[in-house]
Amino acid sequence: MAEIDQSKIRNFCIIAHIDHGKSTLADRIIEMTGLLTSREMQSQVLDNMDLERERGITIKAQTVRIIYKAKNGEEYIFNLIDTPGHVDFNYEVSRSLAACDGAVLVVDAAQGIEAQTLANVYLALDHDLDVFPVINKIDLPSADPERVAHEIEDVIGIEAMDAPRISAKSGLNVEQVLEQIVERIPAPEGDPDAPLQALIFDSVYDSYKGVIVFCRIMEGTVRRGTPIRMMATGAEAEVVEVGYFGPGQFLPCEELSAGMVGYLTASLKNVKDTRVGDTVTNRDKPCAEPLPGYKKVNSMVYCGMYPADGAKYPDLRDALEKLQLNDASLRYEPETSVALGFGFRCGFLGLLHLEIIQERLEREYNLDLVTTAPSVIYKVYKTNGECIELTNPTNLPDPAEILYMEEPVVSAEIMVTTEFIGAIMDLCQERRGNYLGMEYMEETRALLRYELPLNEIIYDFFDALKSRSRGYASFDYEMKGYQQAPLVKLDILINKEEVDALSFIVHADSAYERGRKMCEKLKGEIPRHLFEIPIQAAIGSKIIARETVKAMRKDVLAKCYGGDITRKKKLLEKQKEGKKRMRQIGNVEIPQKAFMSVLKLDDK
Amino acid sequence: MKKPLSLYIHIPFCVRKCAYCDFLSFPADAREREQYLDALICEIRTFAPSVADRTVVSVFLGGGTPSLLTETQLKRLMDAVYAGFSLQSDAEITIEANPGTLTAHKLFCLAKMGINRLSLGLQSARNEELRLLGRIHTYEEFLDTYRLAGEAGFENINVDLMSALPGQTFAAWQETLERVAALSPAHISAYSLMIEEGTPFFETYHEEDEKRRRGEATALLPDEDTERKMYRWTDQFLREQGYVHYEISNFAKPGMECVHNIGYWIRREYAGFGLGAASLLEECRFTNTTDRNAYRKQGRSAQKVQKLTEEDRMEELMFLGLRMMSGVEKKRFLAKTGVPVHKPYGDVISLLRSQGLLEEDEDYLRLTARGIDLGNYCMAQFLL
Repeated sequence: MAEIDQSKIRNFCIIAHIDHGKSTLADRIIEMTGLLTSREMQSQVLDNMDLERERGITIKAQTVRIIYKAKNGEEYIFNLIDTPGHVDFNYEVSRSLAACDGAVLVVDAAQGIEAQTLANVYLALDHDLDVFPVINKIDLPSADPERVAHEIEDVIGIEAMDAPRISAKSGLNVEQVLEQIVERIPAPEGDPDAPLQALIFDSVYDSYKGVIVFCRIMEGTVRRGTPIRMMATGAEAEVVEVGYFGPGQFLPCEELSAGMVGYLTASLKNVKDTRVGDTVTNRDKPCAEPLPGYKKVNSMVYCGMYPADGAKYPDLRDALEKLQLNDASLRYEPETSVALGFGFRCGFLGLLHLEIIQERLEREYNLDLVTTAPSVIYKVYKTNGECIELTNPTNLPDPAEILYMEEPVVSAEIMVTTEFIGAIMDLCQERRGNYLGMEYMEETRALLRYELPLNEIIYDFFDALKSRSRGYASFDYEMKGYQQAPLVKLDILINKEEVDALSFIVHADSAYERGRKMCEKLKGEIPRHLFEIPIQAAIGSKIIARETVKAMRKDVLAKCYGGDITRKKKLLEKQKEGKKRMRQIGNVEIPQKAFMSVLKLDDK
Repeated sequence: MKKPLSLYIHIPFCVRKCAYCDFLSFPADAREREQYLDALICEIRTFAPSVADRTVVSVFLGGGTPSLLTETQLKRLMDAVYAGFSLQSDAEITIEANPGTLTAHKLFCLAKMGINRLSLGLQSARNEELRLLGRIHTYEEFLDTYRLAGEAGFENINVDLMSALPGQTFAAWQETLERVAALSPAHISAYSLMIEEGTPFFETYHEEDEKRRRGEATALLPDEDTERKMYRWTDQFLREQGYVHYEISNFAKPGMECVHNIGYWIRREYAGFGLGAASLLEECRFTNTTDRNAYRKQGRSAQKVQKLTEEDRMEELMFLGLRMMSGVEKKRFLAKTGVPVHKPYGDVISLLRSQGLLEEDEDYLRLTARGIDLGNYCMAQFLL
């Protein structure tokens, strides 16, 4: 490729609340710039993990380079950086934004501004991005683009009267968006001859090329053979290949210079060496300072993951290792449970991240997993002055040694239509929320601010929020810090034996309720045995709830004749197969799914 | 001595489907019945020569309702059986029948064609229960049929009964069993009602049944305790009446045990004919197609074959044999498999014995009363 004119480059992202049409608009832009014909277009090109398409969310940042011939006759290079759309991946979002010079804000013409719209806009403005709005889904019967334009001006304070009114689905007015990208998003700056300074905004592992680093070149130039160094991790290597992003493929090129977005490979074996947010520089001619904003992301939620079949432990270890190659935010370390045997305590950015990893382990690596209840990290201050960070409830020290405990809290913003304010406030109250304030966005909508303990939202808060607002409430949160709370460890005893994998930390006030629900749920999951089985919930030595699984009385087939021997044998086999998938605790057999079912203690 | 063989002949027709029934049966018109019979006789004729070296010790015409066939049709069928196989002189030949489908004339004809055992599907002696089950007859009609059968010379009659019906009290079951025992039939089968998938009863009672399985209280079905009480009382009462309790759900006057069904539990070879019928021959299990058209066109060639392994044989000897009150004869197990029963099953036997579910003497292994209650649990242990 010939010399690239920096002034003809536009690096941008699309930001939106979930379901407002971000990926659809991205698809349309790619299609309209002629990169792919609509026949080749698989819907939502950028979400290429099966899981992403199914859930309609973006998990990994994706990037594509397209050529647009503008109405002024000039050709422009667009680098569209698709960002993950979930609060769990906030840090990744912020790094992707840092790689851009501007953002297209997509707002649903019917729903208007939602919690994530605001969160994303503020994030973009924090990064000094030029943001221009686009009002999408104007073909919906309930669309009200004028109202939404006013809302954008009133609430966010950016000019929106001439925002393109589009339908990303049908392609209507999408060319206006392309023109505005040219006009309203600034060209990148930077000196191609300065020392190399490039921002890593993502990386993936490829079994042939090693780690592929996605980066935005801020200053300088990088090409094959450039000796590089990661400024935070200190990893060094020599560049093997540089290139840019075609749709679904990597296209090698000569060099990447200031203002460009592309990838580099350098025989790096581990994504841990190429952390998102780190700065790549020239080893021999380093830049003076790394780019600002690098931080090591920390796990917020932990849980135990065990192979259902104990013999698959090495497979689980290998699978986690492979996933970690691509996902530096995944933590794991081996642990042992009396009930579940050998497994791993894994750390995640949030509950969605946990679910995604769990699903990928099960689908892509064909593993059958038992997962323990997710837990946040508690700080336990001991009488001897020590402070431990507790990720596994089983490791809670003896209560006599504990001075006090702290739990993580988040500040949450909930956007809701006024009719549901009462219901949502009740919910936050139940979840030990601390009311901070409320602002009216317009007459019918308000933004509620709460401080909430993280362990109250990691289970089913989002579901409860949706069900109590008939789907209208939206939610966003960020970590705030730690606060002291009266927390207790709830143990579950089955046939008088404590089952470590079922223990969890809970606020003292909700211990009784949770204990009762756990026992009820387990009663339905544990099959009847030859003897009666008590199921108890206890705090220390105090039993707070009890249920009983009655002894088995009758289980016999009245008939079995010549024609149905095969069928009856299958039934017996099923019974025996079922036993194999059980965990033996004392002389009680507990099905694997009993461990999982307690994660879903319905509120209603 | 020639190898013994049983024959099963399936007649899948009924007047209408009962609410609890999950057997392969359905109403059909005269033309379809006739076509089916042609295919059935063709199957028997084609197959018979391959077992010419066996002696047939029992024949069972089951269904459905075989007694729905006309006298002429039944005659053609039995002629084909006699022509094709060598029957032992005292072979047990059973036909299943529903009260209300037999006339005096038909009964005489059945007797004349050599059928010597009648199995009557009564289910209950209480008309409201018969209605609930969707049966086509009343108790009074049964009494008529029963009397006519005696007059036609049938001495070996089985009466099928069902306990644990929806809403049935213990006293109601006692009433049914006492009325029937008073007639003193040679054989009584008393089944606990199973809620089977694919039946109208499943739709109505499935949830209740699940609750019952978890040991919870039930409103529509008799609870576990009542059901077991019915079962135990049946055993005690029928023994007092001179019956032998010889299989989980079967009772007979001494010497009147059903030769045919015992064959299934001791793994005697059997050849099945008709839609969906199964055979056990040369350690293979054959299952005919359940597709009516495929059966009519292809007969036995549309059949599934499963070669039974040594393990399958051992498992079946145990889980079928333990259905019998006399249990599994250890010598017979050795003779059939070449290994002593303790070799594959030593651990299982000691486990179940220690749990009080199995008892063992010099010659036999058998389930205890509690072992029968938990039959599936016990039998599943014997799967290798």
